[in-house]
Amino acid sequence: MRTLIRGMGELTITAGLVFMLFVTYGLWGTGRYTQDQQDRLGDEMLDTWQASKVTTERVKLGKGLAMIRIPRFGEDWKFVVIEGVDRDDLRKGPGHYPGTALPGEIGNFVVSGHRTTYSAPFNRLGELDRGDEILIDTREQQYVYKVTDRKIVTPAATEVTAPVPGHPKRKPTERLITLTTCHPKFSAAKRMIIFGELASAVPRVKRT
Amino acid sequence: MYAWIWRHLPGTWQTKTATALGLAIAVAAILWYLVFPWLEPKVQFDDGVVDTPTPTATP
Repeated sequence: MRTLIRGMGELTITAGLVFMLFVTYGLWGTGRYTQDQQDRLGDEMLDTWQASKVTTERVKLGKGLAMIRIPRFGEDWKFVVIEGVDRDDLRKGPGHYPGTALPGEIGNFVVSGHRTTYSAPFNRLGELDRGDEILIDTREQQYVYKVTDRKIVTPAATEVTAPVPGHPKRKPTERLITLTTCHPKFSAAKRMIIFGELASAVPRVKRT
Repeated sequence: MYAWIWRHLPGTWQTKTATALGLAIAVAAILWYLVFPWLEPKVQFDDGVVDTPTPTATP
């Protein structure tokens, strides 16, 4: 009997340790994976941007599309936006919904990202206020979007990704951006949505 | 369980300690590099995509 109880105790303690290790992996280990992928895809993207040959080919799924910066989150906050929003894409960084507008285009440029785990690119999205800047760097232009609104919606609220958010049938006339992430933190119950519109476009300084 | 393992490790207490440490590290490595990456998507608690039908296991 004593052996049995001791065995149970040891098992429970072991399970607790394994669980703590798993939480560490989820919060920290996954971020290192994202950082590696970001470094790789960022270098790849800059190489493409610097190449003199401009192709009109679409960016392949899982590759870098643009660079996102949000000054409110600090100078160092920047991520490569990946084309695609599948699980594997979002592990590499924030992902652009294929089929939605490209940066600067008329319509809605929709980007989704992790709020926790995998480097948590969109962790502080809830701190954004109206008028805050979202900068999107592409090969030739830097697009400056300004935040216009924030909403909490259900996970099935696909209308926020429509060219005119909330009105899936309407024809777009404005150049918009929409960021989506999970809400509340560490949950998949709701989605937090940040809306913004294009304020200006600045030609990027050609790197030499 | 641990007492049983300890009794069955060969050598003096020094070698026993070293082997036990090695075993613990090996188990942790297997968990970290093989088990957790496989398990993590299945218990995903962070999902930022809007989609219909409601996404279950996608991030």
